[in-house]
Amino acid sequence: MRKTCLNMVYKLAKQDSRIIFIGSDLGAGTLEEFKREVPDRFFMEGISEQAILGMSAGLAMEGFIPYVNTIASFITRRAFEQIVIDLCLHNLPVRLIGNGGGLVYGPLGPTHQTFEDIAILRTLPNMAILAPADAHEMKNLMPLTVDLKGPVYIRLAKGHDPVVTDCIKYYKIGEPVVLKKGKNVLIITTGRTLQMAVEAAEKLKLNSIDVTILHCHTLKPLNTEPILEHLSSHECVITVEEHSVIGGLGSLISELMIDNKIFKPIKKIALPDKFIEGYGRQLDLLKKYSIDSDSIISATYFLLKDLGVNK
Amino acid sequence: MDDRSRYLRKLILDGFTSAKRGHLAPAFSLVEILRVLYDDILKYDPVNPSWEERDRLILSKGHGCLALYAILVDKGFFSKEELTKFCSMNGILGGHPEIKIPGVEASTGSLGHGLAIGIGMAIGAKLKKKNWRVFVILGDGECNEGSIWESALIAAKHNLSNLCVIIDYNKFQSYGHVIEVSNLANLMEKWCAFGFDVKEVDGHSVNELKEVFQDFPFHSDRPSVVICHTIKGKGIDFVENNLSWHHKSNFSHEDIKKLYGALGEYNA
Repeated sequence: MRKTCLNMVYKLAKQDSRIIFIGSDLGAGTLEEFKREVPDRFFMEGISEQAILGMSAGLAMEGFIPYVNTIASFITRRAFEQIVIDLCLHNLPVRLIGNGGGLVYGPLGPTHQTFEDIAILRTLPNMAILAPADAHEMKNLMPLTVDLKGPVYIRLAKGHDPVVTDCIKYYKIGEPVVLKKGKNVLIITTGRTLQMAVEAAEKLKLNSIDVTILHCHTLKPLNTEPILEHLSSHECVITVEEHSVIGGLGSLISELMIDNKIFKPIKKIALPDKFIEGYGRQLDLLKKYSIDSDSIISATYFLLKDLGVNK
Repeated sequence: MDDRSRYLRKLILDGFTSAKRGHLAPAFSLVEILRVLYDDILKYDPVNPSWEERDRLILSKGHGCLALYAILVDKGFFSKEELTKFCSMNGILGGHPEIKIPGVEASTGSLGHGLAIGIGMAIGAKLKKKNWRVFVILGDGECNEGSIWESALIAAKHNLSNLCVIIDYNKFQSYGHVIEVSNLANLMEKWCAFGFDVKEVDGHSVNELKEVFQDFPFHSDRPSVVICHTIKGKGIDFVENNLSWHHKSNFSHEDIKKLYGALGEYNA
């Protein structure tokens, strides 16, 4: 997915002279083709996130569309004030590409994990937040980011994740997509948790339980209408995210339900309000914190039993 | 101090005393720098503030905004009346400059942001093969921010000869003397070491300022810095180098009379 995303920047830049790439001391050889073919608009700067975001703001003020890339925790945490003031207050078309949203960098420990990016960025006026699930989605969404007026944060997953969205033909920023239509249980996902929901749905199907999967590749802006319709037509909801339980998808859906007087059971599958302990691969760590298909299946059975719904 | 410098300071006082608040001393140290830039150096069009060929000026030390507002009023970017609505609900001028104000290039106020933005603009000019230039005014206290030095590395790397950094070196920051709070010792050598061509001037001498800015760029391949030695609060004796006038929001009618009185008469 990361490769798809950066290759898309290269392809888009070849077609559109407003597009600029700025990296912060990325891995050797990153976007070599871009650098060779469009050297004027390829910038590899130092480990200086604050200055790079300010610089991208200045370029955007002059009519350019900078795509800025580094590790998600650094681009959101280290340079948060530059995001707020330089990008959001000025409402500039800068695109932040954050590598390794969530626990992708699990083996590297807490400094490299990103559990609060969606929560903090959601509070910022003018900010758009994308968290695609796989390469197909990334490929479809990237061209749509070019002409958005304001800043965009693109949260990348690890890469080489199973592609599950190839059935989706139409993409629009802010428009959730339906991957499975079932009844009673509505599962809402964002980012890499979609694959978990798809896996859970397939297993549940073996027991004749059909769940609905609604996937939010965009968290802001968000057309809430289809979400509200699905919330109304189901008995309960499970949200799944690779993010803190505070401020992310689960919070967003809960707020939506309260604001619209939808009082139904909700189970939020998310990271606890704790720093992650231990190291290990992303999916193993997520499993440790009960973010996986098994947890979605257990939550489904629990909710159905609690509701007394006969599957 | 000549009539024009006194007149611009009077405009600053008009804003400051109307709102009964503001950063007075940090604005007074900037007056001659801005005056020379707008009278003799910058290309701009008050009727069309976003004219593409204009030179860009960013007041990165945003708290000195009253001085910028005064010169923008003087040049006709907006009406003098706005100064009397400084920091109020129905005015356009806040306690830090915002991009929606005609003539303001970037919203600043949190220190350490303007230089990086200016670098983006300067790179933008080179990419577009345009001749306009970028001027960024920093405070001395602002040079405490790490983002300034991150930005300095980038500016030198890209040979931004179209970028002029101006430092209002008034030797005081909010709490006290720069030497005591966060020493900027050998400021000139620091910027030289970062790859800039540096000149130092008396930041209240109109002639010295005019000469130094006419010399810009100092090098065809490197960004420039002008270190302006200034006096915080310059122009009113009891405000000069007086920390209690860095930001003030509590002063009397008597104080107001004293401020105008100390500034003296001028012929506009």
